[in-house]
Amino acid sequence: MKTLLTLSVNGRPREDAVAGNALLIDYLRDTLGLTGTKQGCDGGECGACTVLVDGEPRLACCTLAHSVAERSIETIEGLSHEGNLSRLQRAFHEHLGSQCGFCTPGMVMAAEALLRRNPQPSRDEIREALAGNLCRCTGYVKIIESVEAAACGSEVPA
Amino acid sequence: MAALSEFRVLRPASAVDAVRLRGEHPASRFIAGGTDLVPNLRRGLVSTDIVIDLGNVGEMREVQRSGDTLRLGAGVTLATLAADPTVRASLPALAQAALCVAGPTHRTAATLGGNLCLETRCQYFNQSESWRQGNNYCMKLAGDTCRVAPKSSRCYAAFSGDVAPALLALGAEVELLGPQGIRRLPLAELYVDDGMRWLALGADELLFAVTVPLVAGRVSGYEKLRMRGAIDFPLAGVAAALTRDGEAIGELRIACTGVSSRPEFVGGLDALAGQPLDAAAFATIERQIKRTIQPMETTTVSVPYRRRATPVLAKRLVGRLWDEAKRR
Ligand SMILES: Cc1cc2nc3c(=O)[nH]c(=O)nc-3n(C[C@H](O)[C@H](O)[C@H](O)COP(=O)(O)OP(=O)(O)OC[C@H]3O[C@@H](n4cnc5c(N)ncnc54)[C@H](O)[C@@H]3O)c2cc1C
Ligand code: SF4
Ligand code: FES
Ligand code: FES
Repeated sequence: MKTLLTLSVNGRPREDAVAGNALLIDYLRDTLGLTGTKQGCDGGECGACTVLVDGEPRLACCTLAHSVAERSIETIEGLSHEGNLSRLQRAFHEHLGSQCGFCTPGMVMAAEALLRRNPQPSRDEIREALAGNLCRCTGYVKIIESVEAAACGSEVPA
Repeated sequence: MAALSEFRVLRPASAVDAVRLRGEHPASRFIAGGTDLVPNLRRGLVSTDIVIDLGNVGEMREVQRSGDTLRLGAGVTLATLAADPTVRASLPALAQAALCVAGPTHRTAATLGGNLCLETRCQYFNQSESWRQGNNYCMKLAGDTCRVAPKSSRCYAAFSGDVAPALLALGAEVELLGPQGIRRLPLAELYVDDGMRWLALGADELLFAVTVPLVAGRVSGYEKLRMRGAIDFPLAGVAAALTRDGEAIGELRIACTGVSSRPEFVGGLDALAGQPLDAAAFATIERQIKRTIQPMETTTVSVPYRRRATPVLAKRLVGRLWDEAKRR
């Protein structure tokens, strides 16, 4: 049975009829067409589905859509502005933090939450913040370097 | 991935309403952070027609100190718990255990109550529907034989929460809210040694809060054995709380997780009070732990290894706490 869900997604207020058993990831991908958020496992194991809920990283595959009623959701699609990648997204691009790209939206959102809370994280703090995000391609070194590059203010070319 | 079964979500604004709804809908389930329940729903391990979301119950998210007691609402997230200044300063075992749970993106949602009520785990149970079907299921769900102990009439699925042993070592009590109001009991009495019915929680009861005594001079800590440094349930976990009188043990309390169907408080350590922490004391610790725990083939890691490793974790931890207590 569908009931009305009111929340904000990437800064826009929304009101949609959503089934009780819909997961946040299903709502984002299937109802809103925001397919940047990825489903990498059958529940809670990989971090590919990480989005921000009121600025905190959350796994969209372990969250019922109705549990985030009245909250503010941010997905990877919300980071770029007028077609320009955010500083963090550009850093992933320039420092080869993304290979096949499947884990990248989750990595970027978890790193985004970290940098908002702690703009100058140490290498260990970055590793700790990304500990719930798995990558099968990069070996993590390039991912950590990408976050460091975005944090330390070194100019990331557009 | 099969779609989730059909259910409705109710979002009560108070704990009393949550309990009332639970009583009205016997097949309902509470959901807090959802990091245990949702993966289990997705794998068809639990089914329900109504999910009662505790996320709107503000009174369950409070942390209050009154005198020598810290009261933690069951809805406090593990991220909040691990960062709380009183918890970090006075109850380090609790802070360390909370920080060991899953990964950081789980802990922003995962709650204390959900961690204490965590479903027991087994390598034959926490699998997809097709995997379990291919193995003819098991007694915990849809089958009639236990794969771990085929002659057994009970299920040995392991309680694998990290926070419960810390709270047992620290002497916590729980507040359960039911239709008749609140009842308090020692945390140990919340648990039953049975992989299929591991909670002594009434069908219409809610875990409302946890109270932990703040004991001056007590040091504490948590050690966990796992395959990876994050996102891994404990193969074994040990919490200890210790006070020291000069060169003698004041009080030593130890509890374990991951090595039976309930978190286990290790009895028989009272005799160590007044004794030095010497080889004989370590031998007593090892013996009492081996008497208490019952690791079974619920994980892919071997039983003899977990049996031997658990007292090792405990002895390392107690040794560390002993030195810490001296510096105080
Ligand atoms: C990949 C992965 C790794 C994990 N690793 C760990 C780990 O290392 N250690 C660990 O301990 N856990 C681990 N977990 C399990 C889980 O994330 C945590 O135990 C978490 O604390 C559960 O809390 P929650 O609020 O999300 O619970 P939920 O999923 O919301 O609820 C769990 C259960 O408790 C019941 N419940 C919740 N709150 C109450 C209440 N107040 N009263 C009565 N019943 C209640 C629910 O009905 C449900 O049955 C892991 C999970 C995943 C997916
Ligand atoms: S211990 Fe036995 S009955 Fe219980 S989940 Fe494992 S295989 Fe199934
Ligand atoms: S899709 Fe893997 S953790 Fe959510
Ligand atoms: S880039 Fe392929 S999984 Fe990370």
